Amino acid sequence: MKILETDGEKLLAAVRDLLAAKGLVSNAEIAERIAITDAANPGQGARMVAKAWTDPAYRALMLEDGTKAAEELGIPMRGAPPLGVLENTAEVHHLVVCTLCSCYPRAVLGYPPFWFKSAAYRARAVRDPRGLIAEWGTVLPEGVKIRVVDSTADYRWMVLPRRPAGTEGWSEERLATIVREGDMIGVTIPVPPAP
Amino acid sequence: MFAPGASVRVKDDWPETRGPVHIRTPHYLRGMPGTVVRQLGAYPNPEDLAFARPAATRALYHVRFDQPAVWQEGRAGDELLVEIYEHWLVAQ
Repeated sequence: MKILETDGEKLLAAVRDLLAAKGLVSNAEIAERIAITDAANPGQGARMVAKAWTDPAYRALMLEDGTKAAEELGIPMRGAPPLGVLENTAEVHHLVVCTLCSCYPRAVLGYPPFWFKSAAYRARAVRDPRGLIAEWGTVLPEGVKIRVVDSTADYRWMVLPRRPAGTEGWSEERLATIVREGDMIGVTIPVPPAP
Repeated sequence: MFAPGASVRVKDDWPETRGPVHIRTPHYLRGMPGTVVRQLGAYPNPEDLAFARPAATRALYHVRFDQPAVWQEGRAGDELLVEIYEHWLVAQ
């Protein structure tokens, strides 16, 4: 039998048992990693963004070392690639893509949205970023440049969006509720609350 | 080693034409001029790791490219920022 014709579940079980038999990785460790991966979601990144909006020292740490900043909020980063954080400002807007495959900061944002891995998104992000984000209704103010960050190697990247006006005095918890997955990829920007 | 601000060019090399490879340098940047923003550390060369070969540690750089210059279209001032390994960069 060829390996490509093997039943996937049986093949996986055989590899897991082999790893355990050789003392490389235990089944309990694999279960733990699966649980961490499944638990990761955009809410974790949103907590980081909300804290950076309200705590200048945390913002500085996040821009300096995203991995440390995530760990400070209890997000498991062991074994994850280094996390870099890209700060949007009045001058520059960041858009993250992985043109070669589907590199994504899963530890802080969870599984990528389906379109992130599509050939269309990956091709258009680097060639026509403004036309691409316009499909989310995102139009940048005049004078703001786009910096497309192609995640090609060992780092993973998330965007620290700008805090929208109309959120003055909000708590960290409330701020986190308006930060969406797309805001941390750069296809959207946080929506100001309705007056 | 490249200092921040160094002018560089991505090698116009196509190892894909010579055999099986795992390359982390996008096609659209081969041969393009850019500017080193900073070093992002050093990592085992993924081109060897992918084939379970001994992998030398290589410096990884964040390199900025003029986006309209790459595609001959787009908005002046827009940029691409891409991780490129040192062995793919030559000083300009």
